[in-house]
Amino acid sequence: MQTEIVIAGFGGQGVLFAGQVLAYAAMDNGKEVTWIPSYGPEMRGGTANCTVIIADEEIGSPLVRYPQALIVMNLPSLDKYEQTVAKGGTVIVNSSLIERPIHREDLSSHLVPANEIAESLGDKRMTNVVMVGALLAVIPVLPIEAIEKALKDHLPERHKKLLPLNYQALRAGADLVHKERIGQQA
Amino acid sequence: MAKELLKGNEAIAEAAVRSGLEAYFGYPITPQTELLEWLSVRMPELGRTFMQAESELAAINMVYGAACTGARVMTSSSSPGISLMMEGISYIAGTELPVVLVDVMRAGPGLGNIAPAQGDYNQIVHGGGHGDFRPIVLAPASVQESIDLTGEAFKLADKYRAIVVVLIDGSIGQMMEPAELPPMQQVDRQRPNWAVTGAKDRDRRILSSIYIDPENEEQTNFRLLERWNQIEANEIRYKEYYLDDAEIVVVGFGTSGRVALSAVRAARAEGIPVGLLRPISVSPFPYARLKQLSEQACGMLVVEMNSGQMLHDVQTAVGGKIPVEFYGRMGGVIPLPDEILEQISRLCYEPVAPSANPRESWMDRMDLAKN
Repeated sequence: MQTEIVIAGFGGQGVLFAGQVLAYAAMDNGKEVTWIPSYGPEMRGGTANCTVIIADEEIGSPLVRYPQALIVMNLPSLDKYEQTVAKGGTVIVNSSLIERPIHREDLSSHLVPANEIAESLGDKRMTNVVMVGALLAVIPVLPIEAIEKALKDHLPERHKKLLPLNYQALRAGADLVHKERIGQQA
Repeated sequence: MAKELLKGNEAIAEAAVRSGLEAYFGYPITPQTELLEWLSVRMPELGRTFMQAESELAAINMVYGAACTGARVMTSSSSPGISLMMEGISYIAGTELPVVLVDVMRAGPGLGNIAPAQGDYNQIVHGGGHGDFRPIVLAPASVQESIDLTGEAFKLADKYRAIVVVLIDGSIGQMMEPAELPPMQQVDRQRPNWAVTGAKDRDRRILSSIYIDPENEEQTNFRLLERWNQIEANEIRYKEYYLDDAEIVVVGFGTSGRVALSAVRAARAEGIPVGLLRPISVSPFPYARLKQLSEQACGMLVVEMNSGQMLHDVQTAVGGKIPVEFYGRMGGVIPLPDEILEQISRLCYEPVAPSANPRESWMDRMDLAKN
């Protein structure tokens, strides 16, 4: 059993950290995990992405051609990665910055106005955590509590005061997806 | 100790610190720089030596000098930087000094780019500078293995008074995985009986790679070779996956080995009897195990992130008994599991003649894939 997640956006959106939080939580839950960033020259000011693989056994390739889940924080990332998501996979779209619809009909896509949610919580730096919360509401590869613990244990000391806000952001992302589901059922 | 989420480059650096590294000399180059950066903080903190040299050439010669004193020393770089170190590496080998060298490979030749590659195999395994010697080369495929083999590298270097290279590529250097670091080992200030430490109250010792008299040089060459025979007898390491009943054997080291593991699992799920041999010591190379496997299997597939360098070592081991096929990506492109799965399937369903040239047929297939 293996779950592959690609997180993509531009530098400064917390793409790499969002992946690390997932990796920390997976590790703390006794899973095998790999986190691998793009480390090319595009890192400076351009797009950034990382691949996180969470598994029950020794992980082979740290990269996959067709990831099961994708978090896209900006339009260039959606343009680049939409075609790569595995059939039936999940896309979490930051609809604050991405206005176009998802072209693929075989994906489960979820629009999350993550910038607006983060700003309404009072800090736009929470955007990435909102997206992680939304993802885990769709693919329950890890419990939300595991992410909370990972944030508590691994958020840099200087950001520790932002912990309650991070928790709120995580829940806000997850709640949005839950509500959307209830809406669909109704 | 609990597992931590560690980046390959930093994990190797910390493993070296905990193995009692006394002095590090290096020069920054992507994708290796985090290793040097980590040591630039840790070494001074512990009262040990960290030196950012003015060039790779200077760094390797500082390592050479420090190694002469019997101190535990290392350097690290990435492909173009390692090329610059070649002269020093050969001198270190000729002087019979224990040194650990980390090569975080990137694509080339030339300046190439900073993406992961395995094109230094020949330069390190079959080269490592001029003259007649062989370095020990360990090729980890994960962060944990990188930590374990860094500790091992220092032990082997001391045991055989030899250069030990830890050979990884940029992706292992940059990736994070849960791993456990060893406990802190204090610096061993005891000096071996060959080290130059000041000759007060004892006979002087001379360390050099100069043997003007050819007879003496030949004697030295024989001494290195005898030591190498010991290394070949004692230090072969590899990891096996699903080989018990394998009729097809995939061979890959480092990153290409672990990518191949995903492909082998997928092929197994399709019912193809395939296994993987991942050489961990690429020098000494597991010839005997591969020869054995060639008696059990009906074909092999070598996967590398180069144009087929380890391929020749596998061919030597197999001796033409069964077909050896090749699949590689170059230039910083990492092969993905589905590409390797396709090659495994082909080998399974379309048998090839042992005489076929694996590199030529690989190039033909790559051409077809493009058109």
